[in-house]
Amino acid sequence: MRSNLYVLTFMSGITVILGFLLSFAATSLKERQDFNVEIDMKKNILKSLNIPEDASRVLTSNEIGPLFDEKVITLFINKDGAVTEDGTMPLYVKSTNGVSKGYSIPISGKGLWSTIYGYLAIEPDGKTVKGLTFYKHGETPGLGGEIEKEWFTSNFIGKQIVSSSGELVGIKVIKGHVDPEDPEAYHKVDGISGATMTLKGLNKFLIADLESYDPFFKNLRAVGE
Amino acid sequence: MSILSRKSRLVLKDPLINNNPISSQILGICSALAVTVKMDTAVVMTLAVVFVLSMSNTIISALRKWIPGRVRIIVMLTVIASLVILTDQVLRAFMYDISKQLSVFVGLIITNCIVMGRAEAFAMQNSPGRAFLDGLGNALGYGMILIAVSFFRELFGSGSVFGLQIIPQVMYDVGYSNIGLFVLSPGAFIILGLIIWAQRAVTKFEEI
Repeated sequence: MRSNLYVLTFMSGITVILGFLLSFAATSLKERQDFNVEIDMKKNILKSLNIPEDASRVLTSNEIGPLFDEKVITLFINKDGAVTEDGTMPLYVKSTNGVSKGYSIPISGKGLWSTIYGYLAIEPDGKTVKGLTFYKHGETPGLGGEIEKEWFTSNFIGKQIVSSSGELVGIKVIKGHVDPEDPEAYHKVDGISGATMTLKGLNKFLIADLESYDPFFKNLRAVGE
Repeated sequence: MSILSRKSRLVLKDPLINNNPISSQILGICSALAVTVKMDTAVVMTLAVVFVLSMSNTIISALRKWIPGRVRIIVMLTVIASLVILTDQVLRAFMYDISKQLSVFVGLIITNCIVMGRAEAFAMQNSPGRAFLDGLGNALGYGMILIAVSFFRELFGSGSVFGLQIIPQVMYDVGYSNIGLFVLSPGAFIILGLIIWAQRAVTKFEEI
């Protein structure tokens, strides 16, 4: 049996050595990890804005940063939809030679198991969906997790978030396939079987996020008319 | 002549088949269910466990003469936890996409019974070299099952292997569809059960 002093000294020694090792690893890798997180965010914003236009091209992580800086302007807007310095809601604008080609907004909310994060891009007319991506979620792979797949998100492209009378209706994911004869088909997309709860959450936060950005998009729509 | 003595070879080989930590000792089932939906996550998880288990065994074995018996479990946990956090940090820095998919399960290697079990049952009594081999063997035995389970789950659940579509579109056109059950945990249980059955039928292993 070893003395208490020995046990205490041994434990302190181990803790100090391992603690030092870990803090060294964490601080030396931090820069790279932050870089990864940032690149991942930019990659998803670019994807929602349909950059590059050839979707089959896979961007390398070194390309993403410069491409983002070249094509995308980050703005902040306040709750009245005005672009200001002290706005709290980020808005990513795809801009070519000073002409806006699309607006991407962050969306997030509860799915079934987790909080889902993504970006939704709207065309300059303020009512047509340009693209949608999801980059972080903990939904069941193969069921709710399918929301991040191309086959699902591509259905959103071209849908309208406002009705013909100009009222914000958002995008609704329904059960099964959308009937093209349905007069409401302009804002409905096909659902995923086995993912009812995930999609219920998705419907809820899509409209909520669109509502909070609507003052801005309303202005865009007013200009177009 | 070979590099390893007969006994060392046995230490490495035994946990692969006869004493496989998953299929004969039924340890580490939780992570075997969680990370086997896709093959690439299963492979990365295997590599992470290979690193953690062989290193923890070696370190604990090297320290075994100085580790006070009363606090040995705490010492083991401290060493294992440090190695796991290190692995997680490295994955986050260099394999970000995979680490996002593995999410908490890399961190949960800490609680994987295999790691703790080998430290207590083997590393505390054997030399570092042999403890390293034991860790490597057990991690590979664990990984083997993980990769086998993930192969079947991805093939039947998503129709692909390593993300490449294997089942041709023609099959889907004539009415074939992916089996959703294999994507969920029960699918892993079924495959795991079948593997254990097959293995025990061959090795004639029986629980007493």
